[in-house]
Order: sequence, then structure tokens, then C-alpha cells
Amino acid sequence: MAYSEKVLEHYEHPLNVGTLDKSKLNVGTGLVGAPECGDVMRLQIEVDPETQTIIDAKFKTFGCGSAIASSSLATEWLKGKSLDEAATLDNMDIVEELALPPVKIHCSVLAEDAVKSAINDYRIKNGMEPIQLKESVVH
Amino acid sequence: MLKLPIYLDNSATTPMDPRVLEQMVPYFHEKFGNAASRSHSFGWVTEEAVDYAREQVAKLINADAKEIIFTSGSTEANNLALKGVFEMYASKGNHIISVTTEHKCILDACKHIEKLGGSYTLLEVDDQGMIDLKELEAAITDKTILISVMYANNEIGVIHPIKEIAAIAKKHNVLFHTDATQAAGKIPIDVQEDGIHLLSMSAHKMYGPKGVGCLYVRRKNPRVKVTAQMDGGGHERGMRSGTLNVPGIVAFGAACEINAKEMYDDAARLSKLRDKLENALLKLEESYVNGKRDSRMPHITNISFKYVEGEGLMMAFNKDIAVSSGSACTSASLEPSYVLKALGLGDDLAHSSIRFSLGRFTTEEEIDFTIKKLTDAVNRMRDISPLWEMFKEGIDISTVEFKPH
Repeated sequence: MAYSEKVLEHYEHPLNVGTLDKSKLNVGTGLVGAPECGDVMRLQIEVDPETQTIIDAKFKTFGCGSAIASSSLATEWLKGKSLDEAATLDNMDIVEELALPPVKIHCSVLAEDAVKSAINDYRIKNGMEPIQLKESVVH
Repeated sequence: MLKLPIYLDNSATTPMDPRVLEQMVPYFHEKFGNAASRSHSFGWVTEEAVDYAREQVAKLINADAKEIIFTSGSTEANNLALKGVFEMYASKGNHIISVTTEHKCILDACKHIEKLGGSYTLLEVDDQGMIDLKELEAAITDKTILISVMYANNEIGVIHPIKEIAAIAKKHNVLFHTDATQAAGKIPIDVQEDGIHLLSMSAHKMYGPKGVGCLYVRRKNPRVKVTAQMDGGGHERGMRSGTLNVPGIVAFGAACEINAKEMYDDAARLSKLRDKLENALLKLEESYVNGKRDSRMPHITNISFKYVEGEGLMMAFNKDIAVSSGSACTSASLEPSYVLKALGLGDDLAHSSIRFSLGRFTTEEEIDFTIKKLTDAVNRMRDISPLWEMFKEGIDISTVEFKPH
């Protein structure tokens, strides 16, 4: 199966690979997927508590090229976004941007879930109600 | 000069040996006759060529030429063996014994036979990919007509104890078929010595062309017959109808003759290269060989690199090196290799496996390049793997609560 140029670019030069200090109050961590499914994504956001804006995002992903590209793209999008904006991220935006084939749509779903779990981790840590996660269609 | 990309997927198919290609070319245009045409020289010429090739193929496995039934390849030969025996020996019984790690075509033929009213038992393998001979013997019932166990496994390269299996089959008066697709032409096979009744092989796995193979069907002690699975002109002693693929058969014969002579040197050279590759890659932390190392084909190694995903890993080098992966993502099913799972590998390790299969045209330079490239790729993928980070922090991954998709 051939990958799109954009997937290849993110795979070759992934953006925002790394680890934030998850013990910090202003860092939210999302860990989604499972090793036995062949995909695990860990996505982290660092939030400016004053403005509720994401100032940094990092990821590490165990998975195929599309999963790596999806998380690279998602972290890049998150930077500079308010938490509310970030919560509106839709997996289909990732599918479109990376031209993912149908068999790889689950990678984008995983990225969306990772973003939302990171936001919720931050919210819970800071005494806020978690946002409702929509049921993912592709599982 | 190193030429890229490097081909290390010879278990999927091999390039044709130029010497084989040379032999087959005249049979497309110059000597194109139908080998079944008895009335003119066009047919006589090709019939003679087919007879000669039949001898060459038979010799590779120490069979008689009359025992070779040409087919389109191993899938057809395996189907013919299982379904053909099931039909032919219906009065004797209807039970077949095989193994969970067989090729899909064997497993699916078993399921097909079940639909036709037969039954089958699949033997489990141990963590090395080997069957237990006591279990095999215990699985035989008075309804058992056939045992089918592959000579060597296509994913991990383990060689089954064919002689011992054949002895058990003989003791219980059951037929024994072996799918020798991966083994034939690579290691010595002797159907007399081994006591094999039926054997499948394919030309394109041994430097011949695609679309041709054969089923060996024993004629003496005992005389074995299979019911044809296609109706037609009654070619191949009535067991496989259809105009013979003369260029393919000629090439298959030529490939067998070359292999009979060169397999020993090839095997010695390739096992050295394979071991070099394997030992170098095992220097990477948390990498494991799948399959029994001391009972393996000389040219195959299957390695799991823990905490990296196979397809993601392959992407790092598949512009330069062609291999295959047990990872789910390489197949439409999203299921990792059933062969590796049968060995008891967790899904995570099955997802992290790569099969390297070397061939006659593999060079040491290519292996050196592969070692370097793979080592870099595994390290790079581990740098971006959250599981590797957890492992390095001393977290037991099995205790982490994941949210499976």
C-alpha cells in the first residue's frame, strides 16, 4: 500500500516527538490504543493556565506510519489553540489532510481520542468537569 | 556497487534464475505446440520437453517421473491433495489431521472439506513452532485418511520432523501429504527415504517462474490416487486436466535440476549470511527470534523487535529493503500473523515481527547494509515509541491499563 506524500513527510520528519513532565499540574496526558491492536499513542499538552491556551504539545506513538503522521499532525495543530478549540478537533480533518485510505481511518480516530483524553486529564487535574467524549464510529 | 532496493523476501517469491529463463524462452514461440497434440511434430517436440522436465522435477525429490502431476502451483497442488484424497478415499474415512501454522490454502481446504461432511483436527504448535508427535498419533481415529504437515513453515522457516510423521502415518495406515513449497529445491528431500505419499511444490519459490508447480503422488507402496478437482481432457494421468503450461514446466524442470546441484552450496552460504544478520540484529535489546533455531530453513529468519510496530518499522527502510511483517497493518484483516500467534506470541510481539528471507542472489554487501539500516530504524522507532519509554522507566507494560480500540 502506498502512503501519501504528507504521511511520508510526517513519518520521515515527525514534529513534536517527546515527553512533557506529566507530574506538572498544567500538563495533560492522553494514552490511547493498546499494544495488541498495534497502535499506542501518547499525546501530551502543556497549557497556559492564565489563558487556557495550549503552549506546547508532544507525542510518542507505537504504530504504523499513518498513526505516527496522525499524531504528529495533531500535536502541530494543537499548539496555540485554546482548550475549547482543541476539543473540537475532528478525526476527519486528519483523514483529509493526510489523505488516509479507509483502512487507516482508525489512526485518525486514535489521534482525536488522544487529544481529548489529554484535555480531560488536564481538566480533571485542575478540578474541571471532563468534556464528553463522543463515541468513535470506527473501532 | 550496492544496488537498491535489496530483496529479502524470497519466501514470498524468488527472482528467476537467468539460466532457467533461457531454457523456457523457445517454448513460447518457436516450440509452442500443445503437448497433447499427438498428430504432428509440434506436439511431439513439446511432449518430449515435458517428459524431460518431469524427470528433472522427479529427480529433485527422488521420485519417479510418472508420479509428478503438474499444476498451476502449490495452492492448487495442496487443494488437489486434500480434496482429492477426501473424495477418493471416502469409503475409508473422512477425517484429516493438519496443523494450525499451515498455509491458508491448507486450512481453508480443511474447512471446505468440513462443509462437505468431513472433519479435521488442527494440531497446536509449541512456542518454537513445532508439533508434538504424541499429540499427532493421539489425534488419529479410525476415520482418519490423511495427515498433512508442511515440510517447512513459510513465516518462521521451522522444519517439521517429516520422517517421524511419515512413520506414524504408515503405522496407522493413513496417507501423508506435505506442503514442501518452502523446502523443495533448498534442502534435500527424498520421498522414498522420508516415506512421503503426496508432496506439493511450486516453481516460483525456487528460482523458476510463477504459475507452475506440481503434486507428487506416490505410485507404489502404496499406490495413491486423488480425484481430479477439474473436469476436462484427463491430462496428468486423469488427475489434473488442462493444457500443459509447457514453457512453465520446462522452466520448472530446469530450476529443479540447477537446485539439485546447487542447493548445498546455496544453503551453506545463505545460512552463514542469515546467521550474520540474525546475530547482529539480536544485539539490539529486546529482540527475539521466532521459531526453533536449530531446525530451520537456512535462508529464513523471523525476528520480533519489542516495542516497535512492524509496519511503522518497515516504512523506515522499505524504499531500500523488501521484507515482510507479521504486523496486522500489512493485511486488510488488521489481525496479526496467525502463525506467530500460534507460537504463543502476544499480539504485541506478533505486530513487531519482521521476516527476512534470503535467496541465491543475496550478497554479503546487502546483508551488511540491512544490518546497519535495520539497527538505525529500530532505534529511531523506539525513540518515538511510548512503550519503549515505559519499558526504559521500568514500567511493566502488562500492568498498564490500555484502552483497546
